[in-house]
Amino acid sequence: MFGKLTLDAIPYHEPIIMITLAIVALGGLGLFAAVTYFKKWGYLWKEWLTSVDHKKIGVMYILVALVMLVRGFADAIMMRTHLAMAHGDGQGYLPPEHYDQIFTAHGIIMLIFVAMPLVTGLMNIVVPLQIGARDVAFPYLNSLSFWLFVGGALLINLSLGLGEFAKTGWVAYPPLSGIQYSPGVGMDYYIWSMQLSGLGTTLTGVNFIATILKMRAPGMSLMKMPIFTWTILVTCVLICGAFPPLTATLAMLSLDRYLDFHFFTNELGGNPMMYANLFWIWGHPEVYILILPAFGVFSEVVATFSRKTLFGYASMVWATAAIGVLSFVVWLHHFFTMGSGASVNAFFGIMTSIIAIPTGVKIFTWLFTIFRGRLQLNAMTWMTLGFLVTFSIGGMTGVLMAVPAADFVLHNSLFLIAHFHNVIIGGAVFGYLAGIIYWFPKAFGFKLLDRFGRYSFWCWLLGFYFAFMPLYVLGFMGMTRRLNHFDNPAWVPWVQVAVVGAVLIGIGIVFTVVQFVTSYIKRKENRDVSGDPWDGRTLEWATSSPPPFYNFAVIPTADKIDAFYEAKKNGVELMPAPEHYEPIHMPKNTGNGLVVSAFVIAFGFAMIWHIWWLAIVGLVGAVVSFIVRSYDEDIDYYVQPEEIARIEQAHHQTKANAVVQA
Amino acid sequence: MTAYEPHFPHDAHGHGHEHHHDTSGIKLFGFWVYLMTDLLIFATVFATFAVLSNSFAGGPTAKEMLGGGLHLVLVETFALLFSSITYGMAMLATYRGDKGAVLRWLGITFLFGVSFISIELYEFRHLIHEGAGPQVSAYWSAFFTLVGTHGLHVSAGLLWMLVLMFQVGSRGLTDTNKTRVGLLSLFWHFLDVVWICVFTVVYLMGVL
Repeated sequence: MFGKLTLDAIPYHEPIIMITLAIVALGGLGLFAAVTYFKKWGYLWKEWLTSVDHKKIGVMYILVALVMLVRGFADAIMMRTHLAMAHGDGQGYLPPEHYDQIFTAHGIIMLIFVAMPLVTGLMNIVVPLQIGARDVAFPYLNSLSFWLFVGGALLINLSLGLGEFAKTGWVAYPPLSGIQYSPGVGMDYYIWSMQLSGLGTTLTGVNFIATILKMRAPGMSLMKMPIFTWTILVTCVLICGAFPPLTATLAMLSLDRYLDFHFFTNELGGNPMMYANLFWIWGHPEVYILILPAFGVFSEVVATFSRKTLFGYASMVWATAAIGVLSFVVWLHHFFTMGSGASVNAFFGIMTSIIAIPTGVKIFTWLFTIFRGRLQLNAMTWMTLGFLVTFSIGGMTGVLMAVPAADFVLHNSLFLIAHFHNVIIGGAVFGYLAGIIYWFPKAFGFKLLDRFGRYSFWCWLLGFYFAFMPLYVLGFMGMTRRLNHFDNPAWVPWVQVAVVGAVLIGIGIVFTVVQFVTSYIKRKENRDVSGDPWDGRTLEWATSSPPPFYNFAVIPTADKIDAFYEAKKNGVELMPAPEHYEPIHMPKNTGNGLVVSAFVIAFGFAMIWHIWWLAIVGLVGAVVSFIVRSYDEDIDYYVQPEEIARIEQAHHQTKANAVVQA
Repeated sequence: MTAYEPHFPHDAHGHGHEHHHDTSGIKLFGFWVYLMTDLLIFATVFATFAVLSNSFAGGPTAKEMLGGGLHLVLVETFALLFSSITYGMAMLATYRGDKGAVLRWLGITFLFGVSFISIELYEFRHLIHEGAGPQVSAYWSAFFTLVGTHGLHVSAGLLWMLVLMFQVGSRGLTDTNKTRVGLLSLFWHFLDVVWICVFTVVYLMGVL
């Protein structure tokens, strides 16, 4: 009846997990009680869970990402503290089979369930506003993507208290991830949580390519698009190019595990090395999917706060596109040591080094934008400066490892771990944090307090250097990744310094939370009535903060780069209020995406635990609810001119009042 | 190319507004992008098949199993090719707004599709029966996965076609339904193109 699922699946004997579960359960109960007490279920359902509004979906993505960040960070601090104790006679506090799950979960959570939703969340909130559109191309699909992603997050969190997670490392190479060496459900949790969120991501990629290419404001040709939108366009092309191979690869791994196929097995002609290739054909573009949007954020931040048009707009666009293309021809540098031969290694080594060129172009583009600008120092620009320095170091260690001969020494050592944390924290994370602060007033109508943002930045920056510079050293000293225990006393002080760094990063995360809470308390003082808190340059600042659900009462014309800024400078009204507003065509909210996703989650859960009847119910349910949706033709409506006029007048009134008060 | 990008007139006046929304154009474009992602799934499986094309592990080889003649596969292939032609007729009927003809041609396409899938399932059963199941060696794992992935797509297309026939039947050739006939048309021809590659790479090259 319940397949492999029995009460033994709950890890009673693991005090750490049981305490965590208790805290999660209490927190969940508290949240449930609070929502019930304040009678907010209806509001939550109508305004958020069933919403197809890209701004709200974006906010929900970021919310889930921040919650998952806490879990991913908890994994990190556990690994660091354990390792600081587990040397010589010390055994630490994490048994190997638990430790292995932690480092696997840390990788998957941070990449797939923190960084990806931060990217998707930012693009949801910002892109339609930047191109002067009223929504994305396929609003219902957007809601479905989000709920599929939530499904993946739900499954990976279930693995904490029900069964186990994969012990294979986040790359899950077979034969270790095959059924022979990973017979438990951990690997299946890995597969299905990745498949669900991966499907959601692919659909998001399709959706935003269509949105950006088909729904731009009149006058906005491709070479006049804001840079953030450009980076998202390239990111979405990478998503559409990289995620389908991942889906296919994981499906083949599933066939090996479930039906005794022989793609990646050791026997009967299977080829485990093929998995390494296929995985990284996704995996390498994936890291550019993470970093390009951050580059986009920095470009916006640098131009806005240097009070200058971005230096070298065209070269920035071409550099972004070049990185996008090159990202597909470097995957083999993740396994130079596998033995592909000198010529193959040389080709991929050279291609990898070449990526440094467009990236270098970008670094200089930002520097020249700051040069002779009037750079205003705040949390966002500090993050940009921190990024410029830190990311350059990370880039150089990357080029070092692109040399196959050097990689033979450094492969799978802590040097590698230090390198990719260097580019991900010093690049992607700083970018996302800056992006959240930058567009927060647009999404919520009030600014975040800058002070706590700066505190958070310094903690992250120092924390990064303390946590990962020792790892570079340890890598040179020969320490490999994924060690549960070591015996070399020379490594101990470096491992201990790394703990300090992890704690500092933890404080940085606390400051971000403090920033949200205090800014919410003081939201009246930091209200953004103008809709343009930073003297911005692009179209998202032309509408009110938060924007009305239809974004723009009148579709703006944008025939210049920084069209909004040019209009302000020339005293031109970008969107003059007409005598009569035109009716606006908008999609209706729907809970169907949530329902389809619920069935898909049931399907995934059933596959993990081999509950075949439930798998059939889940699959049929998902298909049937999708078909039911296709029968529903009452999916959109027109906002009437009177309502638009009312909303717009209210906005102009607040704006005028603010001017009078000032 | 015009056949692939139909722009249907909108009954904008039905809403009582002059507003023109090119939703069918955006849907067709988005669907194209989706098809490209789907193509990459096939590309991945094709690449895998190519890598494993000699991994028989001492078991039955492709030549042994398929070399007896491709008569059945040829019939299967023509069923699918003809279904593309009949779908084209359904498209033409859609442009004319001839609901009856659309349903007739979709019905014929559906029957061709069903015969394709039936022959494929018969072949699978036959191969497994003869000792060349997907568990036998890496080659046969890849064979069943590649041919099966295509078959799964065709089956999904058939389900879509069935639902669409009911919708056109009950609601007529509305804008929404016209767009959907156009989207399924893209999907169906796409699967035809992929099958040509399957036929060439798996069957023809397999018996050479």
